[in-house]
Amino acid sequence: MRLRLVPDNTNINFFKLAPVTFGASAILFVASVVLFFVMGLNFGIDFRGGTTIRTESTTAIDIGEYRAALTPLNLGDVSITEVFDPTFGENKHVSMIRIQAQEGQESMSPEAVQSVEDALKALDPAITFPSVESVGPKVSGELIQTAIISVLAALVAIVFYIWLRFEWQFAIGAVVALIHDVGLTIGIFALFQIKFDLAIIAALLTIVGYSINDTVVVFDRARENLRKYKTLPLIEVLNKSTNETLSRTVMTSGTTLIALIALLTLGGDVIRGFVFAITWGIVVGTYSSVYVAKNVVLMLGVKRDWSKPDANAGTRFADIDA
Amino acid sequence: MLQIDRWKRVLIWLVCFAFAVLAVPNLFYARVEAHNDAVVAIETKGATPEREAAVAAWPNWMPSGLVNLGLDLRGGAHLLAEVKVEDVYQQRMLGLWPEVRSALVLERDTVGFVNTAPGPEGELHVKISKPEGMAKALEVVRGLARPIQSLSGIGSTDIEVSGQGDTLVIRLSDAEKQATDDRTVKQALEIVRRRIDAVGTREPTIQRQGADRILIQVPGIGSAAELKAIIGTTAQLTFNPVVSRVTDKNTAPGTGNKLVPSIDEEGVYYIIEAAPVVTGEELNDAQPSFDQNGRPAVNFRFNTSGARKFGDYTRDNIGQPFAIVLDNEVISAPVIQSHIPGGSGIITGRFTVEESTNLAVLLRAGALPAELTFLEERTIGPELGQDSIDAGKVAAAVGSGAVVLFMAATYGMFGWIANIALLLNIAMMFGVLSLIGGTLTLPGIAGIVLTVGMAVDANVLIFERIREELKTARGPARAIELGYERALSSILDSNITTFMTAVILFALGSGPVRGFAITLGLGILTSVFTAFFVTRLIIVMWFERKRPKTIEV
Repeated sequence: MRLRLVPDNTNINFFKLAPVTFGASAILFVASVVLFFVMGLNFGIDFRGGTTIRTESTTAIDIGEYRAALTPLNLGDVSITEVFDPTFGENKHVSMIRIQAQEGQESMSPEAVQSVEDALKALDPAITFPSVESVGPKVSGELIQTAIISVLAALVAIVFYIWLRFEWQFAIGAVVALIHDVGLTIGIFALFQIKFDLAIIAALLTIVGYSINDTVVVFDRARENLRKYKTLPLIEVLNKSTNETLSRTVMTSGTTLIALIALLTLGGDVIRGFVFAITWGIVVGTYSSVYVAKNVVLMLGVKRDWSKPDANAGTRFADIDA
Repeated sequence: MLQIDRWKRVLIWLVCFAFAVLAVPNLFYARVEAHNDAVVAIETKGATPEREAAVAAWPNWMPSGLVNLGLDLRGGAHLLAEVKVEDVYQQRMLGLWPEVRSALVLERDTVGFVNTAPGPEGELHVKISKPEGMAKALEVVRGLARPIQSLSGIGSTDIEVSGQGDTLVIRLSDAEKQATDDRTVKQALEIVRRRIDAVGTREPTIQRQGADRILIQVPGIGSAAELKAIIGTTAQLTFNPVVSRVTDKNTAPGTGNKLVPSIDEEGVYYIIEAAPVVTGEELNDAQPSFDQNGRPAVNFRFNTSGARKFGDYTRDNIGQPFAIVLDNEVISAPVIQSHIPGGSGIITGRFTVEESTNLAVLLRAGALPAELTFLEERTIGPELGQDSIDAGKVAAAVGSGAVVLFMAATYGMFGWIANIALLLNIAMMFGVLSLIGGTLTLPGIAGIVLTVGMAVDANVLIFERIREELKTARGPARAIELGYERALSSILDSNITTFMTAVILFALGSGPVRGFAITLGLGILTSVFTAFFVTRLIIVMWFERKRPKTIEV
C-alpha cells in the first residue's frame, strides 16, 4: 500500500475561497509591515554593531547576578538572555550577552572584553566563553546595505528570468508571492523578536529561491495547459494546473520540511533562528504559490491569442525539448 | 524507446564513482588530516618516526583532499582590519621636507628664507619670507614632482603644489594617493601574512578586501586578542650600549638608562642606554643561519645609514659589550671584538632552528607601514564548533533517514531509486567540496540538510509526471520516456531560479553565509545531475531486465 498524501485526480477549486485566502494574505502582510514599524526587528550585532559573548557554565545562570556584575563596567546597553536547547546536557547552562557598540571604537577592545570575562569569572569560576564576536558600526552599516542589495538583486534577477521564460503577468504574480513570503517572514521575526542577523538574510534569499521554485512548477504547467486547452477559461486552466501539480507540491514541501524539522530540533541553538526562518518561509512559500501567485495572474489576465503560432518566440530563449 | 548509449552509461557511472571516491577521505577526517600535515611537515622540516607513521596511516594512492571546515565549525579567530592609509601621507610629506628645503635654498635670492608652517595632517606647509618670489618657489617645488603612471591619464605627478599668500601647500595628488594606498595595503598584507606564517598556524586566510581592508582568519587559535597580539608584534630590534649586568631586578638603572631582562638567562638583567645605536628599521635583510659552532643564529645586514652608525660605534667601542634587544628583552650581549665596517653581523643566542627562522622572518617583515583598526572580531571556541558538527551530523542523519522512508513509502521501488540518488548526491557534494577545497560552515550544513529535502524534488517531479503519463500513454516505457521529457522544463526553470539566488548569496555574502551558498548551489547541480542521469539510468537498466507490462509509481 503506497502512501498518498494527495489523492489522484483531485479537483479542488482553489479560487472558491479566493477572497478569503487572498484577503488573509493581504491582512497578514499588512500586519507584518505594521509589526516591523511598531515593534521593529531585534537586529543582531551584524546590523547594529556591538559585541556578543556566549557563556557556558556547569552551574545555573542567574541573569540578575550577571547584570549586577557587569553594571559597574559602564558598557552602556547590555542585554543578557539565557539560551535553552533540548540538545544541551543537564549541566550545560548557556547565555548570550550582547553589549552595544562602544563610543569611539570599532570592534570592542580586548581589554574591555577581558574585563567582562573577569567580572563573570569572579561570579562563577566554572564559566567559559565559547564565542566572542564584535562588529564595529562601520561594518554593520555596510552589512545592512549589502543585505538589502542582495535581497533586491535576487528579486530582480528572478522576475527578469520569469519574464523571459513566461509572460510578464506571471513575473508579476511571482514577485508578489515572493514579497508576500519575505514580508511574512520579517513579520514573524518582529512579532517574536527573534534575533535578525546576516544568516537570516541568507534564509530570506533561500525562501525566495524555494518559493519561486514552487511557483515556477505551477506556472510551467499552466503554460503547458494554456496551449493544450486553448478555449478553457483562464481560471480553470490555472485551477487544473494547480490540481495536477498539487501532489508534487505537497511531496516536495513535505520532504523538505521533514529534513528541516530534524535540523530545527536536533541541529543545536546556534543556527536555530536561521533554520526557523527557512522552515517558516517554506510553509508560507508553499501556501503563496498555491494561493497568491495564481490570483495575481488571474487578476492581470493572460493574452490568449494563439492565432500566431510563435507569438512569444522572442521572449523565450531556452525552449528545451530534450 | 528507452535507450542510453553504452559509452554514456559508462561515463555516468564513472562520474558518480569518481566523486564518491573523492568524498571518502572525509569519512576518516582526523586520519587524513594528520596524513596531510605530516606530508607537509616532512617536506619542510624533515622526517621523524611519528610523521612517517602518520603518512603511512592513509594510503598515498587514495585522494587526500578534505572539505575545509569553516571557523564556526573548527574554532578560531576572525579579524577584519582597516589599514589607516592616511598615516603614510604624513610620513611622505615629512620625508619630502629636506628635499624641498634644499631645492629652495638654492633660490634664496628670490624666495628668501624658508621654513615649515603648521598645516593639516598629510600636507606640507612651507613659508617663504619673500612672498613676491612665490612664482619661482612654485616652479622649483613643482620641479621636484615625479610623473606617475596611472589609468587616469598621462601627465599626472605625485605631488600637487599650490601657493596661498606666503605659504606653499604641498600635498599628494589623488592619483598618487591611490597608488600609495594600494602599496600600503599590499605591504601591510604581506607583513601580516609573514607574521602569521611565522607562528606556523594551519591554513590561515589572509585576504585583501575592498580598497583598504584585510580579512584575517586563523583556525585553531585561542582568541582574537591572541591573533591581534601576533599581528601587533612589531619585533622591535635595537642595538644598545650596555652599562652593566645585574641580578637584582630592583636595581635603579639611572637616568637615560633602562633595565631589561635577559631572554634566556633567568634572573639576569642588563642596564642599557635607552637610546639605541641602531634599530631594526635600518635592517635590509635577515636570514636564519648557523654560527661558527654550528648553532642556529640569524645573519643580518643593515642599510647604508645603519651600516655607517653600526660601523662607527663598533670602531669606537672595541672591548665593550653591547646588547641586542628584541621587544625589550636582551637576546644576547656580546663583546665587540673588532670594528665591523660592512654593516652585516650575526645574532647568536640559545635559539632552536625554528626560533632563529621566526626571528629572521619577524626582522625582515619589519614594522607595519600604517596602523590597523579592527572593524570586526570574532572568536569561536573549538568546543562550540565541535558541538555544532555533532548536532549537524545527528540532524543530517535523522533528516535523511526520514526523507528516505517517506520516499520509499510514497513511491515504492521508484522511491528507493530516488534514495540511491539522494545518497549519491550527498557523496558527490562532499566530493566536489573536497576537490575545489570548498569550506563547510554551520549554515553550510543547513544547506546540505536543505538539499536533502529538496534533492528529491527533481525525482518527485519526474515520478509524478510518469504517474500522469501512465494514465494516457501507450505502455510503461513510453510513460517513463514522456515523464522525463516533460518534467525537464519544470525542473530546469525551478532549479535555475534557485541557483540564481545561490549565486547572489555567494557574490554578496561572506564567511558562513558564503558556505551556505556553496552547499546550496552544489546541491542543486548534483541533484539535477542525479535526477537526469543516474535515476534514469537505473530505471532504464531495471526496465531492460524486467520488461514489465505495467508499472506502479
